[in-house]
Amino acid sequence: MKRTVEQINERIKKGQAVVLTAEEVVKLVKEKGVRKAAAEVDVVTTGTFGPMCSSGAIINTGHSKPRIKMKKAWFNEVEAYCGLAAVDCYLGATELPESDPENRVYPGSFPYGGAHVIQELVAGREVRLRAVGYGTDCYPRREIDTMISLKSVNEAYLFNPRNCYQNYNCAVNLSDKMIYTYMGVLKPNVGNANYCSAGVLSPLLKDPLYRTIGIGTRIFLGGGVGYVVGQGTQHNPEVRRTALGVPTGGAGTLAVTGDLKQMTPEFVVGVSFMGYGVSLAVGLGIPIPILDEEVMRNAALGDEELFTQVVDYSHDYPEMVARSLGEVSYAQLRSGSVTIQGREVPTVSLSSLHKARTIAATLKQWIAAGQFTLSEPAQPLPGPGSGIAIKALHDRPARKRDGGRR
Amino acid sequence: MTAHVAHKIVLHFPQQIWDRSIVCRLAKEFDLSFSITKAEVTPLEEGLVVLDLSGPEGEYRRGLAFLKAEGVRVEPLERDVTRIEAKCIHCGACLAVCPTEALDIDRTSWIVSFDPGKCIACEMCIPACPPHAMQTAL
Repeated sequence: MKRTVEQINERIKKGQAVVLTAEEVVKLVKEKGVRKAAAEVDVVTTGTFGPMCSSGAIINTGHSKPRIKMKKAWFNEVEAYCGLAAVDCYLGATELPESDPENRVYPGSFPYGGAHVIQELVAGREVRLRAVGYGTDCYPRREIDTMISLKSVNEAYLFNPRNCYQNYNCAVNLSDKMIYTYMGVLKPNVGNANYCSAGVLSPLLKDPLYRTIGIGTRIFLGGGVGYVVGQGTQHNPEVRRTALGVPTGGAGTLAVTGDLKQMTPEFVVGVSFMGYGVSLAVGLGIPIPILDEEVMRNAALGDEELFTQVVDYSHDYPEMVARSLGEVSYAQLRSGSVTIQGREVPTVSLSSLHKARTIAATLKQWIAAGQFTLSEPAQPLPGPGSGIAIKALHDRPARKRDGGRR
Repeated sequence: MTAHVAHKIVLHFPQQIWDRSIVCRLAKEFDLSFSITKAEVTPLEEGLVVLDLSGPEGEYRRGLAFLKAEGVRVEPLERDVTRIEAKCIHCGACLAVCPTEALDIDRTSWIVSFDPGKCIACEMCIPACPPHAMQTAL
């Protein structure tokens, strides 16, 4: 059995495409086997909803009269990067207001940041824009203090350099003190194990060798339609994989983009991690065209066939020590507890399976209704054998002469 | 005749003393009666007891002083924790810190539920909730 994206799109347009979510297809393959399921199903939809720090928005505010070339700009007191053209800026999800006490009183609460501004914009609320410039002949204005909204600005795109991690660590704390991380609160002496993947619904776990997801893939992003830009930062395909090619730890990532004006505040949520900072919880769903039986076999992998590593966040993670305290399956993590170092430890998910399901179901509905067709990647993502592997930053003495002055 | 008092209180037993008999002595050595709403012992961590404690005012004060002398941290159970339903993203981050399972997740629907009846208002969930769905109503 083989089919092309073009053939699938023909069926979508005629309203004949058979679409199942990644959870539904697990059951179908168990009942009927891979061959029959691949013959029956055209598309499998995936979904994930979790904190994705490497996210942000590109905003063009429109020109004021007289014009200003913004050198620094703040949205609700959260600074956006302005090293672009006059009124283009990038509002990063994790940026904090300058007045935030951070971790001076530990652990800090980080109630508001770039991610919250983005969510407010998506919710249709007005946001205060304050900007300063140095004044030029063509951009004479030196400051502005006004209100903007998604309706008032020109473009507003989410542009997320790293989302949708293929797999992610399960975090624990081996120390005897409570720690506060981007993986949530970790109680001492392995008091809890926090994980962050949609497992059975997670897009890149269901297309582990990047057969169908690549540059230009059309996706569900934040409630609207978005696209895969390419490999995300820290894309790391050369990792240990199961016999079926599924990575057993962090591996591939995606850079994605999408029009903020189409998105909904349900799927673009500013979140705070005590003692760590602010992040953006992003809803993302990717359709997998069932091109052949191999694609189906991978799309139908269950939580018991998907594994991750247990990693200590009190010492090993911060100190770049590559050590696994054990391998656990997502089925074990989903059960509510796992055994780590001989002890039963309660598990906690930071990724919302409830929302991931809603996303996969919404995407399924869009495709079944003929509103959303699939796109063939312009180019595949680098996979195993590409030689692309994550690098560390090595400290070495800086040459002072080169410190920016020539 | 002294006044009779009754309060809901939360007792935190540090690891070193959670295996000692303390609560029963409130009745034996002081003229107090209690009913335990919630009790939990987490090995190697702490013990936690929520009590309805009542008795003559003087005895009540002496009872509390006794608890503190034994190393028990006593807090009033006064504030109510509520959830802003629309803000909950059903991740489950709160489950890591909730000591009483007032916050729980259904492992079929994967929806996080909040049972105010089980809540002891320790407020641990408030800073631990990423989308700020938990709050105190004073």
